[in-house]
Amino acid sequence: MITCCTESVDTLAVTARKHTYAMARSRGAQAPDADLIEATTRGLECAAGGFTIDPWKPVELSLITHAHADHARAVAARYIASKASVPLLRHRLGQDIDIQGVNWGERLTLGETTVSFHPAGHVLGSAQIRIQRGEEVWVFTGDYKPDPDPSCEAFELVPCDTFITEATFALPVYRWPDGRTVAREIFDWWQQMRRSGRPAVLFAYSLGKAQRVLAELTAFTDETVHVHGAVEPLTELYRQSGIKMLPTQRIDPSGPREDYAGKLVLAPPGANGSKWMKRFPKASTGFCSGWMRVRGNRRRQGYDRGFVLSDHSDWQGLLDTITGTGATRVLTTHGQSATLVRYLRDELGLNAAELRTRYAGDDASTEEADP
Amino acid sequence: MKHFAQLYQTLDQTTSTNAKVVAMREYFATAPAADAAWAVYFLSGRRIKRLIGASALRTWLAETSDLPGWLVEDTYASVGDLAETIALLLARTGTNEVQGSLSEWVDQRLLPLKDADEDTQRNTVTSWWQEQDYEACYIINKLMTGALRVGVSQTLLARALAEHADLPRPVILHRLMGDWQATPDFYDALIGEDDGAAAQSRPYPFCLAAPLDDAAGIDSSSIDSIATTLGPTDEWHIEWKWDGIRAQLVHRGGETFLWSRGEELIGTRFPEIVGAAASLPDGTVLDGEILAWQLPFEPAAVMPFAELQRRIGRKTVGKKLLRDVPCLFLAYDLLEEHGEDLREEPMHERRSRLGMLIDQLDDRDAQDLATASRHQLRLSPALDADSWQTLAEQREDSRTRQVEGLMLKRRDSHYATGRQRGVWWKWKIEPYTVDAVMIYAQAGHGRRANLFTDYTFAVWNNDTLVPIAKAYSGLDNTEIKALDKWIRQHTIERFGPVRSVEATHVFELAFEGINRSTRHKSGIAVRFPRISRWRHDLAPKDADTLESVMRLIDQDPNQDA
Repeated sequence: MITCCTESVDTLAVTARKHTYAMARSRGAQAPDADLIEATTRGLECAAGGFTIDPWKPVELSLITHAHADHARAVAARYIASKASVPLLRHRLGQDIDIQGVNWGERLTLGETTVSFHPAGHVLGSAQIRIQRGEEVWVFTGDYKPDPDPSCEAFELVPCDTFITEATFALPVYRWPDGRTVAREIFDWWQQMRRSGRPAVLFAYSLGKAQRVLAELTAFTDETVHVHGAVEPLTELYRQSGIKMLPTQRIDPSGPREDYAGKLVLAPPGANGSKWMKRFPKASTGFCSGWMRVRGNRRRQGYDRGFVLSDHSDWQGLLDTITGTGATRVLTTHGQSATLVRYLRDELGLNAAELRTRYAGDDASTEEADP
Repeated sequence: MKHFAQLYQTLDQTTSTNAKVVAMREYFATAPAADAAWAVYFLSGRRIKRLIGASALRTWLAETSDLPGWLVEDTYASVGDLAETIALLLARTGTNEVQGSLSEWVDQRLLPLKDADEDTQRNTVTSWWQEQDYEACYIINKLMTGALRVGVSQTLLARALAEHADLPRPVILHRLMGDWQATPDFYDALIGEDDGAAAQSRPYPFCLAAPLDDAAGIDSSSIDSIATTLGPTDEWHIEWKWDGIRAQLVHRGGETFLWSRGEELIGTRFPEIVGAAASLPDGTVLDGEILAWQLPFEPAAVMPFAELQRRIGRKTVGKKLLRDVPCLFLAYDLLEEHGEDLREEPMHERRSRLGMLIDQLDDRDAQDLATASRHQLRLSPALDADSWQTLAEQREDSRTRQVEGLMLKRRDSHYATGRQRGVWWKWKIEPYTVDAVMIYAQAGHGRRANLFTDYTFAVWNNDTLVPIAKAYSGLDNTEIKALDKWIRQHTIERFGPVRSVEATHVFELAFEGINRSTRHKSGIAVRFPRISRWRHDLAPKDADTLESVMRLIDQDPNQDA
């Protein structure tokens, strides 16, 4: 479903190398035993490769794992990302950004390093980034999930020495039910609301989760789903990438009031409690998120229904992935980092530590920063 | 059990009170009385007492889950609910039908566990955990560990029962009061036309006062605003707001029952009050306040609440404690006289009958002053005032009198059920305030699980910050959310579920009283601390010092000697 790369890799490698030299001149030589990737004030920086991954402060060259706002910020002069995420990044960061897309597994030479992108299974085009210098291999996951998802590429396990992982749901209570089963629950709830003549308003992040729901639901129906203005353009980009989803209709905020009784409405969580919701009197509300596994999270946010559907790895998924990579060293970026680090050290005897980053998976309410 | 689990799930999956009432009515319409009785018991927030302790459950959870103990604790701290943590970690995936009705589960499986040895308890409980699916496992744990907390208030439950039984809601509310066994007979009487010989010990639902504040549309600092809203003072019966334990004294059929507002029988803690009540005529119910009061009960000899607390902590009280902390019941309302419910009578009528009743006690016991009932059963004095201005002046005296302010009760009002605006007002004195720095944070429980809402605050002692209070309330949701995010990003160290954070944010704390304490590092203990506002305008260096807080103790007459 993902189209092939047509850009010249050589050109890219050359420009990146030039950039590395410039950086090396200005910052002085790196100590030879320095970590390949370090968390600096700008982002996850790879001095040997002359790039920064998912930066939050201005940099020259940025490698982007995926298009969510806490990972993709408009702070770089140039971007490299997976081919499949380029349209999403242009939508988020601006059509005129200087970005080059690469194919899955394609090897780029950046400075002293060889870099490749591998599917992370988080959202469409989401990548793990593999960086090799000599014999040493590092992998940074961004956000990932090994669970099947019809709306994005399947996660690929990439062997490495040092694995930098997210830890959003690193507690053993987070065990995901099968996505198809959850979609069935959503469908049943929608039908139940139809019988009582009420709208079913489902909140899901506008990039990734919303499209996953639309894709999973094709197993049960071919009915049109009404979507919030923030969801529609991203859904259209997914469609252009060949993802099969239910037909959608954008809800026009300036249009006349319609009757949504019995309809399924998809909206970003930010719309909950806003004026926009006034058009759905008597609506039953639901929220799709891994956080919904814990009752208190749902009750606090006042949703009627919580659907446990996450685009992050659950506890077992994290452990299986970490051990599967064969990594002897594990660094964690965001989420329940302290818990995961302690478990990896005490129980699995791995060399594990926490990296301080500005990725936001920790925050139950803003898994995705913008609506 | 399946039926009840479904009810729980329906209640849990809606925020609409109407939908909740409908769900409960549907349940009561089909449930056998034995199940319905237990459903009422648990939905009204009652729990099976002393079944299995939470610490035993936590130990078994760690053993059964095969997870390291620290991880189980971390997980519990994040989920914020033990019953749920167990179900999330151990329950079978998928669904399988739970066998047995609610009453069978409680009567034949849960209650017999009380007398079982620990091995049997552990084996039984842990096998339930592993056999049941999530929903059943969760409900069983909830029944074992305590209140269901499913967003159903006593009032809402009473509404569903009242609609189901076609009875007035106050009748149901009254029948739900006090001590009862969850039996089919109880349930039948609860929804019956006439519940026959009403339980002899049963108290009435308490009338509660609303605070006189902005929320009530009254600016309590403006005499004009109060006068405009409340009208002339002679429409109001005015008393001090006592800082004791609200209680109802029920004397029927030669027996006396002393009920706290939490519907607990507390008579054994106050034998002198129960003893004095023996002189009351049969069929008397008094509403009032228990206070610790120095002998020989001079008006100014009320003792601090901290002293009264020593009498609550234990089941029975010894001679020394009885001597050191003598207590009395200050009556302020008469709810039943000669077995007749007076709640529909106007306040002034009830009050004048109460006065006569207490007077008669005095006469009858006049010969024997040492044990006279009138010492332990007294009338809460009324305040005279011809204007709100003079009342405001008297209110200024509250701290010296060791009271919390004034109570305003409408003279022509009947005795209300619960908190009804405009019947009783509490006009409290302004609390003490200090500016303190947040230094620790911990995640809350229930709907505050996984959200940092429990904070510890400190003031300066020379160059170090010493903790003086923990507070959980006072911030709105937006502030809590912002603070939660900040805490996660500015954690210095973790101590289990507690995080120390950078000393950055200053808050104004309000509290009702302050005492010296040897149990606290700072040497002080404050009463009812809460956050009154987030002082964005203050830097940590602007926070109060321990010395300035200590000075408040000298101003507070209500303190340990």
